[in-house]
Amino acid sequence: MPEYPLAERQPDRLRTPSGLPFGEITLEAALEGRLTMDDLRVTAEALELQAEIARSAGRRQLAENLERAAELTRVPEQRILEIYQALRPGRSTREELNRLAAELEQRYRAPRTARLVREAAELAPEQRDA
Amino acid sequence: MHSKRSQARARRPVHNDTFIEEWPEAGLVLFNSPYDPPAGLRIEGGRIVELDGKPEACFDMLDRFIARHAIDCEVAPQAMALDPTAVARMLTDINVPRAELIRLAGGMTPARLMQVVSRLSVVEMMLALAKMRARRTPANQAHVTNRKESPALLAADAAEAAERGFAELETTVGVSRYAPLNALAVLVGSQTGRGAALTQCAVEEALGLRLALLGLTTYAETLSVYGTESAFRDGDDTPWSKAFLASAYASRGIKVRFTSGTGSEALMGHADGRSMIYLEARCLMVVKGAGSQGVQNGSISCVALPESLPGGVRAILAENLLAALLDLEVASGNDAMASHSEIRKTAKLMLQFLPGTDFIFSGYSLMPRQDNLFGGGNFDAEDLDDYNVLQRDMQVDGGLRPVREEELLSVRRRAAQALQAVFEELGLPPIRDEEVEAAVFAHSSDDMPDRDVVADLAAAEAFLRQGRNGLDVIRALARRGYRDIAEKILGVQKLRVSGDYLQTSAMLLPGPHVVSAINDPNDYCGPGTGYRLTPERRREIAALPEAADPRTLGRSATGRSLLRPAGTAARSLDPQEIVIAVGPAFGAALQATLLGLSHRDVLQELENGIRQEGMRPRIIKIHHTSDCGFIGHAGAQLSGSGVAVGIQSKGTTVIHRRDLAPLDNLELFPQAPNLTLDCYRVIGRNAAKYAKGQPVLPVPVRIDNMARLKYIVQTTILHRRETEQVDKNRPPEEMLLEVADA
Repeated sequence: MPEYPLAERQPDRLRTPSGLPFGEITLEAALEGRLTMDDLRVTAEALELQAEIARSAGRRQLAENLERAAELTRVPEQRILEIYQALRPGRSTREELNRLAAELEQRYRAPRTARLVREAAELAPEQRDA
Repeated sequence: MHSKRSQARARRPVHNDTFIEEWPEAGLVLFNSPYDPPAGLRIEGGRIVELDGKPEACFDMLDRFIARHAIDCEVAPQAMALDPTAVARMLTDINVPRAELIRLAGGMTPARLMQVVSRLSVVEMMLALAKMRARRTPANQAHVTNRKESPALLAADAAEAAERGFAELETTVGVSRYAPLNALAVLVGSQTGRGAALTQCAVEEALGLRLALLGLTTYAETLSVYGTESAFRDGDDTPWSKAFLASAYASRGIKVRFTSGTGSEALMGHADGRSMIYLEARCLMVVKGAGSQGVQNGSISCVALPESLPGGVRAILAENLLAALLDLEVASGNDAMASHSEIRKTAKLMLQFLPGTDFIFSGYSLMPRQDNLFGGGNFDAEDLDDYNVLQRDMQVDGGLRPVREEELLSVRRRAAQALQAVFEELGLPPIRDEEVEAAVFAHSSDDMPDRDVVADLAAAEAFLRQGRNGLDVIRALARRGYRDIAEKILGVQKLRVSGDYLQTSAMLLPGPHVVSAINDPNDYCGPGTGYRLTPERRREIAALPEAADPRTLGRSATGRSLLRPAGTAARSLDPQEIVIAVGPAFGAALQATLLGLSHRDVLQELENGIRQEGMRPRIIKIHHTSDCGFIGHAGAQLSGSGVAVGIQSKGTTVIHRRDLAPLDNLELFPQAPNLTLDCYRVIGRNAAKYAKGQPVLPVPVRIDNMARLKYIVQTTILHRRETEQVDKNRPPEEMLLEVADA
């Protein structure tokens, strides 16, 4: 079971997306250009650990959210914003959302998020409004 | 025809509030609309096929989402079989732990949840909220905005907010293009002093996400949900799009809470005749189903709508409780203007303040309300001292700490200067020295010099376009000698990598140290459990800057006695004589009355009054008692005329006569703060007239019912000082008034 807070209790289990150990996120590293904004981002691994912590505290839905988040670490920002737009009311047909789900699954290894998008697709219209 | 009293009442601010009767068809009802569905749940093969009286084929998108994501089908049969009153009783039963109620609530439907909370009185709801909130330690959130969008003022206010203990700072914009600069200013301010506050900038979803990704904010709050399908669509979202957005934020390590609140559906014309709390229960189940760690609710911007109805304030507490019962972090409103009446606003606040919530306000306006761009400011900059007093009075942790003004000014200055340096380093339009100076001392943005808005907006757009980010800010600060602020901002950004503040009810303490429902779970189960003030926190709350050390009050400045002893006083036979009997500390350990009149002036006026009536004053100090009646009585025994004026050091005075019982008198002036020098002269004259047997008009004394309130502490202390000087065995002493220093 991961020990919470990870940053204080298990920093050795944490790395930045570029592989920098947690302890090396320092002002010096920032000043010397060894740190980019992309380093200051949670990783899929850390999110899975947080999901485990949430689930063991009885918070199933929060855990599922964090697991979807772990998947979305692999999706670029622009694509995330586009998917969000596509999910808003009246933006997409059922088929478009199902295609999006397939993309999430295949391209980003994001089956849990894909499931959420497929659920949304059930309610989407077959055809776009004229 | 109105009485003058009803006219006086009609001028009271509460009459500017609107009050209406219930109207269920329009959704203007809090609980139990006749159009609310019956509570019920049918599960077949692990699938919910009927929810609150509606078969699956008729589910709207909220029903569908709730059925799929928000109800625990294993617990549901047990939970739904319970009588709602029995569950309500469990909420107030200290022997039923929070975890058991969380488990049961997880298996309930929206209509059932409404029934459960509807069974509770406000007092029971407060107890339940104290038990059910997720994090043990309560906290608070501030709003930091201003009408001019002055960056220096935003930074200074953010720094002050963090210094005062606000755990979260929320800013927003008047003009949305300002967003990156406002977010930047609040970020720098938030980590300047005590630091550790999380920050957000409330803007349109896509821009909000962008700012967070750039490291300019650390949490988001405005993911709004609604309790009917049509209102949800008007909000341009579905439960699935919101759930996706929640995951998107989390995927970048950004904390998120949703927003809901009673009245929004009615306001949007989409309540479908349902009660506000039933719809709020649906909102909250969507929030839970989407996997959000928490919610901002408590009617928020619609607050005056439920408050226009009978039971509105109670219902707002009920919605906070519902969120806690669903194991969500609650930022409990108290932000938008709720009433014109200070009494009504404060009474409403107590319902969240006393039990404590994860964030009592969402948020508290650090600025005067005219600078609050959220339409908020129900409590604002001018109420902060009152708020600190309430914490101290109730021994309640409202999340804030009193701070001395010199510390506030210093942290405000540093924040504005640091931001000035960042602007310069990043090539943003300069913040002039006069802006920094104005920001330190400003009350509102009216006190701030105007900036070149066109240049600021162009710079803000370029800032976003170039993808400037939190690291650029950190580097700029470090380069310019603000290493400590740079370190703190990096410390908060670093926590994005661990995701620790994605857990329920997370906040940061200086360190930064993450505190959430995981490592600080609410374990309230009656007296002696749950959150209690530590001795250190108790001292912090008590230490108002204006709190005085009573040991230093009322000490005589010179210590030199005004009166020179002239031997033991004997009874005189002079019928022209009026004794002025003074208390043991008079003119010595104490030298002024409560009102601040010097004892010398008081004695001189008494003497003048006596002489004006052709009588002779004689001063005697009484050592054996500090009681006014006994002082006067002792003086009268020695007086040649048999009449004496007795006076305590604090100024309380009596006219006494030898033949009266000690606690009887000719005239008594018990309220020293109302006695002026003129009064003392008339007292002298009246004493003389009594001695001469002339008719006497009682001394006219002002009546001030606030005097006791204002002076009771000083009264207590001065009387204690007088009593300290009592020497029971020392006889009355003749006194001569020393000549005043030149």
